[in-house]
Amino acid sequence: MSVGVASGRHLQALLGSLGRLARSPLASFLTLLVIALALALPMSLRLFVTNAQAATGNFANAIDVSVYLKTDVPLAKARQLAQAAQERRDVAAVALIPADKGLEDFRAYSGFGDALQALKDNPLPHVLHVRPRAEAASAAALDSLRAYFAAWPEVDSVQVDSDWVMRFNAILEVLRRLLLIAAALLGIGVVAVIGNTVRLEILARRAEIEVTKLVGGSNAFVRRPFLYAGVLYGLGGALLAWGIVALAIALLGEPVATLARLYGSRYVLYGPSPQDIGILLGAGALLGWLGAWISAARHLRSIEPRA
Amino acid sequence: MIVFERASKRYANGREALTNVSFNIHNGEMVFLTGRSGAGKSTVLKLIALLERPTRGTVLVNGRNTQTLKRRHIAAFRRRIGVVFQDHKLLADRPVYDNVALPLAVAGTPLKEIDKRVRAALDQVGLLGRERSLPLELSVGEQQRVGIARAVVSKPPLLIADEPTGNLDPDLSLEVMRLFRRFQDVGVTVVIATHDHHLVREFGQRVIVLENGQVHGDAGDALPSVVARR
Repeated sequence: MSVGVASGRHLQALLGSLGRLARSPLASFLTLLVIALALALPMSLRLFVTNAQAATGNFANAIDVSVYLKTDVPLAKARQLAQAAQERRDVAAVALIPADKGLEDFRAYSGFGDALQALKDNPLPHVLHVRPRAEAASAAALDSLRAYFAAWPEVDSVQVDSDWVMRFNAILEVLRRLLLIAAALLGIGVVAVIGNTVRLEILARRAEIEVTKLVGGSNAFVRRPFLYAGVLYGLGGALLAWGIVALAIALLGEPVATLARLYGSRYVLYGPSPQDIGILLGAGALLGWLGAWISAARHLRSIEPRA
Repeated sequence: MIVFERASKRYANGREALTNVSFNIHNGEMVFLTGRSGAGKSTVLKLIALLERPTRGTVLVNGRNTQTLKRRHIAAFRRRIGVVFQDHKLLADRPVYDNVALPLAVAGTPLKEIDKRVRAALDQVGLLGRERSLPLELSVGEQQRVGIARAVVSKPPLLIADEPTGNLDPDLSLEVMRLFRRFQDVGVTVVIATHDHHLVREFGQRVIVLENGQVHGDAGDALPSVVARR
């Protein structure tokens, strides 16, 4: 059989399947809707995780690594160290708080002003406030930054307030795992829904299948339109899921922007990336094909022509 | 073309429909298969079309042993046999054209070729111009002719028919039989199961008589009166 004839037969089967979907629009739409909801849920969860991750990038501004130098380190040396720290790629900014300024601030804000007057020497060291870059805000990156500063002989101690970053990352990890579980379960659901829809269609077209086999239709020939139907259901459901997610993003866009503005951020909600959409459509088509294939393998074999 | 060698068929319910049936049908022959209902006519046809396999014995069709033919080769095997049913088994929701085109579509025939052959087949049965009609819009005789057109459209070397005139009045029956005769004239082997003795006599072809699942008589062209005496 030539390639042209083969592709013609596939086109025929595809158009036939499309036509049958169009012939019962309500039933087809309800099936598509179920599939779309099952696909939209993990997709939304994925977007939530992506957005939460992107949002933490902004929160990274709040992370500070405080590097306390030893009290005997002179100011000139402290300036050199600040310069060196600034040159690191994972550091966004370094602010040197000289001991005098530190004492002044402490006096002004701590309420111990008078008591501090009694001190002869300034007990405070010079301090470097290091702000890491957003992409270095992970727990591991912060740890390596801490180790880097702690290794300097002039450094007395390094303080990183990274607990919340770790907690947040842990929450994201939980969500990511949840996403995988939800995607797996709902994927099985999609396979089952499409498999059952295809099963009903096979039973409804029993006579046709019998006659087709009788005149010499191979199993592949008989199966083909059902496989196309499955792929069309999966793909259609995925497209609808994309629409649902896009709608949700549009509805959430303004309140999220308002919320971000209140926190002084210009954060905007991310929609699905082209890659996300590719995965969504690919998964839809694949699950549809799988559901149809399982159903066809189970039910077509049992339909044999009787005379 | 067709060889039955001590073929027996026992169905799952325990009924033995055929017992030790042996006969040969040669290329280009036209053979009537007669007998009372339940005598095993339909079972013989089912064994030929590989709708059933023999329980014992051998059935060879178009040089293939139906007992050992692999599942995946059944489709190709059936494409070389045209089958006509008493209830014609047309798809009621498809126009005549689609019904007749089905055997060509499953064989992967190019669309242009399908068009040509469907028209030729409909012309042969006198239904050219009814391509767009649905089967139920046609008379019973016309429906039967659509079934015949479908059976011959892919030009199979073997044509089998199960009571093709069962629902037709004598005139229509004769017409349908003449149609089968024309296919035999162009070299097609034709096997027709019927209990219409009148028709069988009229055509004077070889007759295989079945009774209780066994061959009771096999009369060649020279002895058409075997059936007449019964």
